[in-house]
Amino acid sequence: MIEAVGLTKRYGDRTAVDDLTFTVRPGAVTGFLGPNGSGKSTTMRMILGLDNPTSGTVTIGGLPYRKLPNAARQVGALLDARAVHGGRTARDHLLSLAQLSGIPARRVDEVLDVVGLRDVAGKRTKDFSLGMGQRLGIAAALLGDPQVLLFDEPVNGLDPEGIYWVRNLMKELAAEGRTVFVSSHLMSEMAQTADHLIVIGRGRLLADMSVRNFIAANSAGFARVRTPGSEPEQRERLTAALTEAGGQVLPEPDGALRVTGLPLPRISDLAHGAGVRLWELSPHQASLEEAYIRLTQSAVDYRSTADPKAGLTEPLPPGAEPPLPVPGQGQPGWFVPPPSQDPATAGAAPGPQDGTARPFPAPTTSEDPR
Amino acid sequence: MSTPERPAPPGPPSAAQAVTPDPYSGYTSPIPVVRTHLGHAVAAEWTKIRSVRSTRWTLGVYVLLVVGTGLLVGLGVAASSADLRGEKNTLSLGIVGLLVGSVCLVTLGALTTTSEYSTGLIRTTMTTCPSRVRVLLAKAVVFFLLAFTVTLVCSTLVGFLQTSLLSGSGAPRPTGGQWLRATVGVSCFLALLGLVSLLVGSMLRHAAAAITVMIGVVLAPLVLALFMTARSLRTVRTGLLHYSVPTQLSVFYTGRLGDSGPAGWDPVWIMLGVAAVAFAGAWALLNRRDV
Repeated sequence: MIEAVGLTKRYGDRTAVDDLTFTVRPGAVTGFLGPNGSGKSTTMRMILGLDNPTSGTVTIGGLPYRKLPNAARQVGALLDARAVHGGRTARDHLLSLAQLSGIPARRVDEVLDVVGLRDVAGKRTKDFSLGMGQRLGIAAALLGDPQVLLFDEPVNGLDPEGIYWVRNLMKELAAEGRTVFVSSHLMSEMAQTADHLIVIGRGRLLADMSVRNFIAANSAGFARVRTPGSEPEQRERLTAALTEAGGQVLPEPDGALRVTGLPLPRISDLAHGAGVRLWELSPHQASLEEAYIRLTQSAVDYRSTADPKAGLTEPLPPGAEPPLPVPGQGQPGWFVPPPSQDPATAGAAPGPQDGTARPFPAPTTSEDPR
Repeated sequence: MSTPERPAPPGPPSAAQAVTPDPYSGYTSPIPVVRTHLGHAVAAEWTKIRSVRSTRWTLGVYVLLVVGTGLLVGLGVAASSADLRGEKNTLSLGIVGLLVGSVCLVTLGALTTTSEYSTGLIRTTMTTCPSRVRVLLAKAVVFFLLAFTVTLVCSTLVGFLQTSLLSGSGAPRPTGGQWLRATVGVSCFLALLGLVSLLVGSMLRHAAAAITVMIGVVLAPLVLALFMTARSLRTVRTGLLHYSVPTQLSVFYTGRLGDSGPAGWDPVWIMLGVAAVAFAGAWALLNRRDV
């Protein structure tokens, strides 16, 4: 059980963590999410007593970390996989940590087996790959067989097999009744691992809820509606009808409409009433990633902008159309990834069509076999 | 895959969880939990210091310098067939190697603390043992004992080599007190000097900075004193001269330099005081700063 109350950390006039209050419960994997620089690592360091909070407190099982008797037997942490002396062997590194907390030396070989580093235990860690370093860090966290585990970006640098392993490991640890607190910026990873989410942005708490509630609360599902591409006036008619009925309509680059605020049967009825034929009417539920980007988009510190390559691009050949902008780039209000586009329209100039079946025909071309 | 262990209840979740007892009573490790103390930290620091190459390199070069220089000096003096009947202490030839070698101890001391900061290992260490003063104390103990032992062995070896090489030149045999000061005395002094370097490293957290500061501390007073020829600076000059590290080391062999300088075992107490002040400073900073 980790409890933070009013946790705040300031560096000069920059506030890294701002009045965070949350609880991490045992028996579940709690994901700790936030954009780069949002204060995740600072919060983790304060939990571990490495950084002193400017104000507020954080306790583990009721005690501040530095007051815990034999802390390593209660809390295991992977903060930074590179936080080892590269000249020391993996076994010596773990042995010194085991000695420091009074853990029997044979436990070192056990955790080396658990993380699969037994064969390279005698090698100096500077020769380790990023993934091996990550495994060594996990071994150090597991060394004390603790009831509380903190992992900062544990899957960084791991191969797919390793990611799968870490995911299952965390679930197993949580199923044993331990408290597992995992920070990540990989939303897809959290969707498959975490039961509960704590989301911060610019050091402030944005959400503290279960994964399911998080998606429900932060992402509106939407309906994708497609009218016959050859008749743009039908699309306009439908847009007018839907807007009048209280729905929000957002055109997608390939000519489909993204409708929110109206249930699917109502959209169908409205289309029927307006005399518009529909080629597609499909429900879409936003993913955790979409929900997360929507929630944190106002709290992103390092935002990318479109690369204009001004003066560096050659003028387009006559007749070619400029490429469609990717939704989301420089368009405020866009929070969801682009709908599935086919490569031809997403690429530069639409070349001559070969008539192969395409999932979503572009509105300007009418050679669709249907 | 993403099915949560605890399905979200339809009602207010917090209220439901507060009423029903937590199904997970936490996890208890089958490995017995012991109460840790300084001994555990000392064992860990010993594992750390013996398992890196920088220790082997610095101490290897140190032994080579002390013993090699001592042997060369002894051979040189023996070959010159000088009459050493007036010499008070033949062991004093050992000071050359120890002075040159002290740089190695300074380097090892600084690296013992600063390498943890440069590699980031300090965060792992302080997470494993949140008692920062225990870690610092363990480092100090392990380093001091290692540096003391190595210096003791080297200085004793050099002493035996030189006295046996010069036995034919009519030099008087060193007394027991001379032997004690030239072995245990200098070993204490130099190990403490390395310990100060370790503590400076803990304060500065940067290897190059700590080593540079320490080499300055060892060399600067003597060099400055050489150029203080002005009459008004005479007291300063004498002070620098008497309390510089090389002079204090020579006190173990030749006794008091002037009328006012340290004598006998004074250099050990002086260096112990410096180390205590440095330890207090390092401790205060370690507790106050973020790791």
